[in-house]
Amino acid sequence: MIAIIDYGLGNIRAFANIFKNLGFATTIARSRTDLASARRIILPGVGAFDHAMERFEASGMRETVEDLVLAHNRPVLGVCVGMQILAEASEEGQRHGLGWIAGTVRKIRFEATDAAHILPHMGWNTVRVNSPSPLFSGLGGASEFYFLHSYYFQCADQASSIATADYATSFTCAVNARNIFGVQFHPEKSHGNGIQLLKNFAELE
Amino acid sequence: MLRARIIPCLLVRDNGLVKTRGFSDDKYVGDPINAVRIFNEKEADELIVLDIDATVQCREPNYKMIEHLAAECRMPLCYGGGVTSAEQARRIMGLGVEKVALSSAIVFRPQLVAEIAEQVGRQSVVAVLDVKKRRLRGGYRIYVRNGREETNLDPVEFSRELERLGIGEIVVNSIDNDGAMKGYDLTLAEQVRAATHVPLTLLGGAGSIDDLAKVIDKFGVIGVAAGSFFVFKGPYRAVLISYPSRAERDKLQRSVGARPR
Repeated sequence: MIAIIDYGLGNIRAFANIFKNLGFATTIARSRTDLASARRIILPGVGAFDHAMERFEASGMRETVEDLVLAHNRPVLGVCVGMQILAEASEEGQRHGLGWIAGTVRKIRFEATDAAHILPHMGWNTVRVNSPSPLFSGLGGASEFYFLHSYYFQCADQASSIATADYATSFTCAVNARNIFGVQFHPEKSHGNGIQLLKNFAELE
Repeated sequence: MLRARIIPCLLVRDNGLVKTRGFSDDKYVGDPINAVRIFNEKEADELIVLDIDATVQCREPNYKMIEHLAAECRMPLCYGGGVTSAEQARRIMGLGVEKVALSSAIVFRPQLVAEIAEQVGRQSVVAVLDVKKRRLRGGYRIYVRNGREETNLDPVEFSRELERLGIGEIVVNSIDNDGAMKGYDLTLAEQVRAATHVPLTLLGGAGSIDDLAKVIDKFGVIGVAAGSFFVFKGPYRAVLISYPSRAERDKLQRSVGARPR
């Protein structure tokens, strides 16, 4: 069972529809009791970092999810702000992140005179895989995904950065440490590439 | 490399899709869900769906329809039509929509932009500005209620205010060029681009892939949206949904690269 965490942020239904079409059972988790049979976890998220942390805490699911992820090694995939809260902190807010992967979330920066770049970074961009990962299995070294964000995950340990994208700077857009995965882009809205990535996640050993 | 976004814009009226010319003369072009499925197959970059009756009829957004569209849509979806409160916007996002478009409501109450941005994040708040050239005095004015009512707002000035209030994207929709299929209004696009620093999408006038190319060559990373171009074929406006092939899209983007705007 893949549990999709519903704490009021992110496109829960888009994930559920894709997994349903792929033939994987899902449950939309709104409280800790919904997590009882979770073998894998999707942690979506949109909007601001602090707001996401507040909502996740308020959902009452944090402790149970941490137990599943950190003590029972269940694979988890954070998406967009759901990926950013895996970090320890963010320039966007004051709250602590979950701190499951060492790193800080930083704003994409460029010169004020740089007219070619605008925030948010919005649209389809190329994702380059740095180190072979089962998450990108079957996708080749470079593939396109849909982005919509202004902040990115800066890993403390470069080994956690498994893919990068270029926008004003080269930034980490996919992270992995142990059973914990995160992607800055939106696989649930990235057509075939996104479906392949979600299938890979569902089929992780 | 970040690509320019090529975006079909679908207009909904009485649960069916229509396409207008100059905001009137609408023609039925099919079933919305069926259109979404075709754009899924063609791997469109994004989709905009506008319910053009909701505001005029003073009714709530059709949540049932939005839910069906969002469930079917495998690309980012922007919904607009009848949204007048942050609560409605949040509910729509909860149905699986990425962006909520606002038009008449923010013309009457710009502060709504900030209220919605606070609830759903500014990246998801889109302004659709329906604009028309002023015949005698020059410049442009924003229109509301499907182009029926002129306001005293200048779209360039208003775009600046929207940016200040936290808008995530501005769609400039040319009433003059709607359905004409003779190309975009690049003059207005240039003015809004120069005045603001938020993602910009142009709508109204595309009739050929060259029209898209002209915009992308000029502005680089930008949104190019169209209705007629993606739903009609030939001079008699025969209904046939299409979208540029992967090869055509690669060609459109080729020259953009690192070139400054």
